[in-house]
Amino acid sequence: MQNRKKIRVLIAKPGLDSHDRGAKVVARALRDAGMEVIYTGLRQTPEQIAETALQEDVDVVGLSILSGAHKTIFPRIIQLLKQKGLTDVVVFAGGIIPEDDVPDMKKLGIREIFGPGTSTEAIVKYVSDNVPVRG
Amino acid sequence: MFDEKKLKELKHERQRWEQTTLPKWLKQSCERKSDFHNHSGMPINRLYTPEDISDMDYVRDMGFPGEYPFLRGVHATMYRGRLWTMRMFSGFGTAADTNKRFKYLLKEGETGLSTAFDYPTIMGYDSDHPMAKGEVGICGVAIASLRDMETLFDGIPLDKVTTSMTINGPAPMLLAMYAAVGDKQGLKREVLGGTTQNDNLKEFFAQKLCIFPPKASVKLTTDVIEYCARELPRWNPVSISGYHIREAGATALQELAFTIYDGISYVESTLERGLKVDDFAHRLSFFFASHNDFFEEIAKFRAARRLWAKLMKERFHAKNPRSMWMRMHIQTSGCTLTPQQPLNNIIRTTMQALSAVLSGTQSLHTNSFDEALCLPTEEAVRVAIRTQQVIAHESGVTNTVDPLGGAYYVEALTNQMEQGAWDYIRKIDDMGGAISAIENGFFQKEIADSAYLYQREIDEKKRTIVGVNDYTLEKDECPIEILRIEPKVEEEQVANLQKLRRERDNRKAQQALDKLHDATEKDQNLMPAIIEAVKAYTTLGEITEVLKGVYGEYKELIVI
Repeated sequence: MQNRKKIRVLIAKPGLDSHDRGAKVVARALRDAGMEVIYTGLRQTPEQIAETALQEDVDVVGLSILSGAHKTIFPRIIQLLKQKGLTDVVVFAGGIIPEDDVPDMKKLGIREIFGPGTSTEAIVKYVSDNVPVRG
Repeated sequence: MFDEKKLKELKHERQRWEQTTLPKWLKQSCERKSDFHNHSGMPINRLYTPEDISDMDYVRDMGFPGEYPFLRGVHATMYRGRLWTMRMFSGFGTAADTNKRFKYLLKEGETGLSTAFDYPTIMGYDSDHPMAKGEVGICGVAIASLRDMETLFDGIPLDKVTTSMTINGPAPMLLAMYAAVGDKQGLKREVLGGTTQNDNLKEFFAQKLCIFPPKASVKLTTDVIEYCARELPRWNPVSISGYHIREAGATALQELAFTIYDGISYVESTLERGLKVDDFAHRLSFFFASHNDFFEEIAKFRAARRLWAKLMKERFHAKNPRSMWMRMHIQTSGCTLTPQQPLNNIIRTTMQALSAVLSGTQSLHTNSFDEALCLPTEEAVRVAIRTQQVIAHESGVTNTVDPLGGAYYVEALTNQMEQGAWDYIRKIDDMGGAISAIENGFFQKEIADSAYLYQREIDEKKRTIVGVNDYTLEKDECPIEILRIEPKVEEEQVANLQKLRRERDNRKAQQALDKLHDATEKDQNLMPAIIEAVKAYTTLGEITEVLKGVYGEYKELIVI
């Protein structure tokens, strides 16, 4: 395997909502922290997101959703990532996800959920600490 | 505005103050920061005096309310005559759920309706489209056909209320449905009052709920403006919106300038149809956000009014003073709400609402304190309306017109805000207009940079957000009730839609769609054909598909 130091991150916007301010700010903060960041753009289907994760060979996927459709969409994304053999990929999420839903989402395999008010430093630190750099 | 001699005296006195009194205070305790500035990056002086507005001429630059340049308000008596419209944006679940909420809000003293649609409706998808899965009725009400619209306004006489609809790409379809409900209630078209947001340009760089490519989108916006000028004289065909520009991360100045520029673009596109400016300009309305910096917001709203009046008079040669009016709706800023210590949001919203009222808005939505977490509960929305009622009836700020007019800081900042917007307008003119600025990513880049800078300031604690990066709680438990939309809403809505497709006259529906296709290909104004199509109970998704077939779909230009 090619020697690689930089963490590769996919920031994805599933669902129909168009609130991309947070996703873009996070993408930029991760990039400024030296990671390679791919941002999908809006309204990606679970299939498109899983396919991009595979094609781009990412270490981590950040999902941003504010529409309230996470309970329908997240399980599908996780299932597709598994189907593609991307079980090592760290998946985290952000947006408007009610606290009551967090345990279910974590059980599903979303490793961490960042709500509004999270600092970009906290997200950068989380990704750096939790994604083993492949060599 | 001030006597030359008096100004000289003032300057002398100011210099004396700066050399004697001020240094003593600064020596005792230095100021909290080395640099004070607002969100737009404008430096804020320690003190404002007549010197800061010495170039102003009262009659020319401020004038009287109800007269050009309308800085002090579009109406001569403002809230001494009539209060602003208290219009609460609402919508969730099925049409029947939202109908119930509308009636509740009217009972609690709301004076105008405002409809939030769910994402499938906003994107022109039927409730049973694969992209709609999990989204039906979640962030707004699901409206797939005229039948849903009939339920939404059941028992609400459309000649007794005005209704605002936050809808852009599908604005022609939703307006057509509203007109059809009016027809069914036996009302003449000229009594229907309300607003369609219908501002497609800002979608491409702010709200980003785009369906069709830019040129086709502007064509549809213009169809509605043209149709309303002829057929729906009390309807505001477009609500030129800065709100979403701001929420996407723009500064107050960018919000002001980009919104005004979108307005310029719609005036131009409508003039190209052969209408005269005074035929339609009086029905153009505006929509802004009210954010946290109290005086910056006030300066923005007041500058917007004067700037628009000047543009209409000088650039478009409007003659009717009403064409120069900027009538505005203001919403308190959703992105300033925090899920941490949610009751603090009531205070934020109150101050934002107050700056809107002190600036002479025509209509106001106040956010509910729980909206960083969910759609508002009844209790939360009641507190939000009460906030407006307390300002209106208890605070006394409504007793005089433009109470802050003439304040040195307010007028200086208003002038600065207007000047900054003119600079942007010239820049965008040079770029070749709004569509060029969208296509080259100018707006998108400006907004993304401001959003990033704002977040950096919060992260670096250069900007304090109470309860978020300071004054936080050890354990921020969520003490409030959360409104949840049950999955049965989607099942119910999908079943209703499928029933409609079975029950309607499908031959008639197809004919109406064919006719619409024909009108689209011939580049006619599509409103008549869309009204016919909705009356034949074709669905929103079917109509949108016809238009996509001719115009194609927009592909996002990604700018980080």
